[in-house]
Amino acid sequence: MSVLVYIDTLSGHIPKSAIEAVYYGSKIGSTTVLTNGPIDKNFLADLGNYGASKVLVNRTLTSSDPSQVSQLVAAAVAAAGATTIVFSMDLTGKAVAPRVSARLKAGLVVGAIDLPADDGTIKVNVFSGKALGKVKVNSAIRIIGLTPNSIPVVKGNSTAVVEEFSADFGQPSVTVKSVEKQKGDILLPEANIVVSAGRGLKGPENWGIVEDLAKVLGAATACSRPVADIGWRPHHEHVGQTGLAIRPDLYIAAGISGAIQHLAGVNGSKVIVVINTDSEAPFFKAADYGIIGDAFDVLPKLTAEISKLKAQH
Amino acid sequence: MKLLVCISKAPDTTSKIDFVDNNTKFNEAGVQYIVNPYDEWYALVRALELKETLGGTVTTITVGPPEDEAVIRKALAIGADESVRINAVAKDAYFTAFQIADYAKKGGFDIVFTGKETINYNGSQVGGMIAELLNQPFISLASKLDVSGTTATIHKEIPGGTEIVEVNLPFIISAAKGMAEQRIPNMRGIMAARTKPLQIIEPVVTDELVSFVSYDLPKAKSACKYIDPANMAELVHLLHTEAKVI
Repeated sequence: MSVLVYIDTLSGHIPKSAIEAVYYGSKIGSTTVLTNGPIDKNFLADLGNYGASKVLVNRTLTSSDPSQVSQLVAAAVAAAGATTIVFSMDLTGKAVAPRVSARLKAGLVVGAIDLPADDGTIKVNVFSGKALGKVKVNSAIRIIGLTPNSIPVVKGNSTAVVEEFSADFGQPSVTVKSVEKQKGDILLPEANIVVSAGRGLKGPENWGIVEDLAKVLGAATACSRPVADIGWRPHHEHVGQTGLAIRPDLYIAAGISGAIQHLAGVNGSKVIVVINTDSEAPFFKAADYGIIGDAFDVLPKLTAEISKLKAQH
Repeated sequence: MKLLVCISKAPDTTSKIDFVDNNTKFNEAGVQYIVNPYDEWYALVRALELKETLGGTVTTITVGPPEDEAVIRKALAIGADESVRINAVAKDAYFTAFQIADYAKKGGFDIVFTGKETINYNGSQVGGMIAELLNQPFISLASKLDVSGTTATIHKEIPGGTEIVEVNLPFIISAAKGMAEQRIPNMRGIMAARTKPLQIIEPVVTDELVSFVSYDLPKAKSACKYIDPANMAELVHLLHTEAKVI
């Protein structure tokens, strides 16, 4: 079976979610990767380590315009004779995959968290992570939107063939006027560890203890909705039902009560640590480790202990 | 301006989620349905604001059975002028998109709004599919929308930031947080909603591209392990050796 995986590399590097999508594709069949933009050829050849046999790169399309990317994908699907198309359900995947689905009349499975079963059904997250569904595709070509951080990746030792790929991808549907990049080295959707805080921190001036912990852990910082709404922290840090849904390996929440809307954005985390003064906080029910205590006291202690551990290893 | 807002129902956020008929069907017993929050708070309200400043009409469209009338009336109570219900239980996102695109094609709408996703299926699919079926631009996860003449300026989320784009009418947009503030319908709106036009249209035939075979509940989390706030060394030890995440 031939698989085409589209990845967005416009940031100049290959995101973790893209590597997961490539690896996922390679477990289904012979995998061709498609990307566009000025990404370094050596980075693309390295995708062989994650199971790609070939990488097609289009150098003329330098944006993620969903209309153009979907036309590029459709051309590559035809060229590779692919019957399975894989996207990572990042922001680009969410914009492009539905267009490709309607264009090719190919069933789209969104939110996949596992490889297709022997009967072809695919497990997905539904009800904001509160349930799982099994989906069957009825069309000849299927599209799978993989939920980031849902499958473990094993690195092999191989090199992919990189080929330039040209195709007619039409006119841009939008004009990009400007881009505002968020500050910080570690992007929240890609972070393995996330340190998050809520109103329990009492004010934006107290975020130093959150950032200190994030720094020793190599973590991204996040926050609850009220904190973003009152402007203590930027909106792109807001995780929850209306904010970002994340699935890190470790989520540490300080001073967040854990309302159902917040849990909907973090319940896919592998391990949850909750720090709260209120022993009745609902978040403890979703936690793996709980500390009933004051964040102002606990966070610096935790930072110190992690620094000790890091010094030993 | 002619604005079309796609409205879906969704179970209230606090609903108990379980399944019946051998785990093939969502258990609707006791479930309170609401207008999907992204459709209501952001898409519908921004459409109404545009109508209030630029003039025009706001039509809502829902693919659903007669029971969906309650959520449709809520959208009318908030301020939509008229509603359309495609009389069918949607089989998949493509079915829904196909029905809406078929209606929109005849309507000559300037902007078609969807919410970012529904809170039950979290697919984020319908907007992009409508755009492809209508061969129009699609701007996903928009947090700000302004229209001037025949051009719109939109802020949209991209990996690691925000992109500001310009697009010509007509287009499809999916609305995320930030685009507008929730409106609570007042008594006058609720009364007026009862008599606003609700057109019922039979669905057009299309294929079912994907189907849900069954559902399951995630494994219950094991009980939380409590750690003494004075003993962070123990937590670090557990995270390192037991959970193996640091």
